[in-house]
Amino acid sequence: MNNSSLINLPSGAHGIVHQIAAGTCATKRLYEIGINPGTEIEVVKNDVGPLILSLAGHKIAIGRGLAQKIVVNF
Amino acid sequence: MKTIALVGNPNSGKTTIFNALTGANQHVGNWPGVTVEKKEGKLTFQGKTFQVVDLPGIYSLGAYSEDEIVARDFILKARPDVVINVVDATNIERNLYLTVQLLEMDAQVVIALNMFDEAQERKISFDLEKLSEKLGVPVIPTIASKNKGIDELIQKAVTLSEQPVKPAVKPDYGPEINQEIARLTAFLTDQNLDYPASWLAVKLLENDKELEEYVRQHPHLSSSGLLASLEQIKTEHEELELAIVNRRYTLIRQLTADCVSRPERPAVTRSDRIDRVLAHKWWGLPIFIAIMLLIFQLTFAVGQELLGGLMGEGINLIGTAFEAFLTKINAPEWLSSFVSEGIIGGLGAVIEFIPLIVVLYLLLGLLEDSGYMARAAYIMDQIMRTLGLQGKTFIPMIVGFGCNVPGIMATRTLDNRKERMIATLIIPFMSCGARLPIYLVFIAAFFPKHGGIVLFALYTLGIIVALVMGKIFSKTMFKGESSDFIMELPPYRMPTARNVLRNMWDNVSEFLRRAGTIIFVVISLLWVLSVLPLGVEPYSEQSILGLIGRFIAPLFKPAGFGTWQAAVGLFAGIAAKESVIATLGMVYAGVEEGAALVEAIRQAFTPLSAVSFMVLSLLYTPCVAVLGVVQKETKSYRWTLFIALYTFAIGWLSAVLIFQLGRLLGLG
Repeated sequence: MNNSSLINLPSGAHGIVHQIAAGTCATKRLYEIGINPGTEIEVVKNDVGPLILSLAGHKIAIGRGLAQKIVVNF
Repeated sequence: MKTIALVGNPNSGKTTIFNALTGANQHVGNWPGVTVEKKEGKLTFQGKTFQVVDLPGIYSLGAYSEDEIVARDFILKARPDVVINVVDATNIERNLYLTVQLLEMDAQVVIALNMFDEAQERKISFDLEKLSEKLGVPVIPTIASKNKGIDELIQKAVTLSEQPVKPAVKPDYGPEINQEIARLTAFLTDQNLDYPASWLAVKLLENDKELEEYVRQHPHLSSSGLLASLEQIKTEHEELELAIVNRRYTLIRQLTADCVSRPERPAVTRSDRIDRVLAHKWWGLPIFIAIMLLIFQLTFAVGQELLGGLMGEGINLIGTAFEAFLTKINAPEWLSSFVSEGIIGGLGAVIEFIPLIVVLYLLLGLLEDSGYMARAAYIMDQIMRTLGLQGKTFIPMIVGFGCNVPGIMATRTLDNRKERMIATLIIPFMSCGARLPIYLVFIAAFFPKHGGIVLFALYTLGIIVALVMGKIFSKTMFKGESSDFIMELPPYRMPTARNVLRNMWDNVSEFLRRAGTIIFVVISLLWVLSVLPLGVEPYSEQSILGLIGRFIAPLFKPAGFGTWQAAVGLFAGIAAKESVIATLGMVYAGVEEGAALVEAIRQAFTPLSAVSFMVLSLLYTPCVAVLGVVQKETKSYRWTLFIALYTFAIGWLSAVLIFQLGRLLGLG
């Protein structure tokens, strides 16, 4: 298992959220939209602009700055 | 009458359920006590009538956005008899987060497990009986778009309204947090508060600023040592609020563990394949622009050229019939002049554009209902970010194309004050439906062959000015980070006719209501001003109206249309944009029919001054309805006045710039 920031994962990669190192407010918003430690994530698109993630088939777009602060195991 | 409230995540199909429950029987009303619009409808079941209230789509009942506060205040203060919680079956874990919070509020909940068919397609299976038993509330599978499960849902909601039960399940926050909850609850019990004591305690631990302020304002609580305890607890525990959210998810995992099963790897759906094109890094933006261009072309072609003319002819027939009737009964001349010129001429000029507004709203509704709107925000995020804004801000701006009023109200979904304020300040530049008639008349007069392009250019200019001003505001008055982009991209769905038509009708009926009230009053007033003082030629320069116009006119001389008629038209436009054309119609020889007005405009303007007039109409001070909603949303007269003045300045400057530059280039 490797740790990495979500931003480094290429399109198509899978990972499990390990830690969210953002401010409390942003972290809480991520939690509430379903991204919290233990969540399985697939990176659908990571090229330009926000990342598109898939949470069990559900698509969520996340800004690059925030994606940088999400640490995943893959 | 008993009340049923509808609560659910955005994109959970809540509106579809609302439409299925209430049918045509609904209207937009105001909250008791709060000046927020909500949708209400009536549902009759076995002879009993229920009031159904559609609450805004939310992920949580915190205090991030105005919508969340509205929803939770309604549930706690208005105490609906039953809350129907619409849960997206394909994404049950996340959706249950809201459910858990509803249960914590002791609401009487029925779960509509919606989009059940889509969940089955994705091979997600449920043990509904067990889930319902574990939650302690009824769970009804529904497919709202096909009207399935709705009867059972109603049945259960009605039963629950008659025999309330105590919700069985609540999150266990663990010994440490429970102790602190108990400590705060001790201060809060028996204080006759608007909120249940233990719920309030949890929310205070969650750092809820709204409720902290509520406690601070409360005469007894502010001095009771509650705040000191809260302060102490917060320094003792780090990140209490995250721990609380985590506990709720722990509960959800326990609930779904043996009741929901889904395949290891979700299959690639049709929606994913569509996104590969529509959200592509190169094609995304051009496709978005092409879609917007298509919308304006279609609006113009179908709404104006195909149907608008028919409406105009219909109105003419009515006008002639009325005039004949009035002459026949020997009505006084002033009355027949008021009816034929003022009312039929004026309102007619407005009504002629109804088909166009219908088409525009149908198309915007298709964008919304298909799920593309979220992609527009996604695609625009990059551009918006370089301007110090974020992609989501673009959605209220698109809504503003229909009418700025709902556009400004849609800023409630934005995440922080900076973005809300900036969006509110720039939405007036989004060209609303009511400004369209102005362009159309000028296009007919000068650019009949290039209507779609001119329209698109004007709308684009509005967007560009809005974005540039947004950039300036975010660099000057509202510094600070724009919030992170977090947004759900709902799967693409075939838009349902019912939702699209409903949405269109809500907006068009609002337009008609305005046409029938404000515009009618404005037109009547203008008519009175145009015939006074007694004895002057109506609509002449010597009338009071003419004098007002003559007084303002010099201001617009540098923009190329320093005539009293143009000035009067723009003056009326601040009352309602719809009345610009109606007024121009009256002052240019009191014409009733479109063709004569177009001819009059062709005489009075040059192509260059027509462009400068259209640009001014696009950008200058929004109508009073918009200023009213700005005041309501910002709660500030200063901001309202600021918007009225700065938009005028921008509009005037742009018009002058275009006219003067055009003249230099020899276009005049």
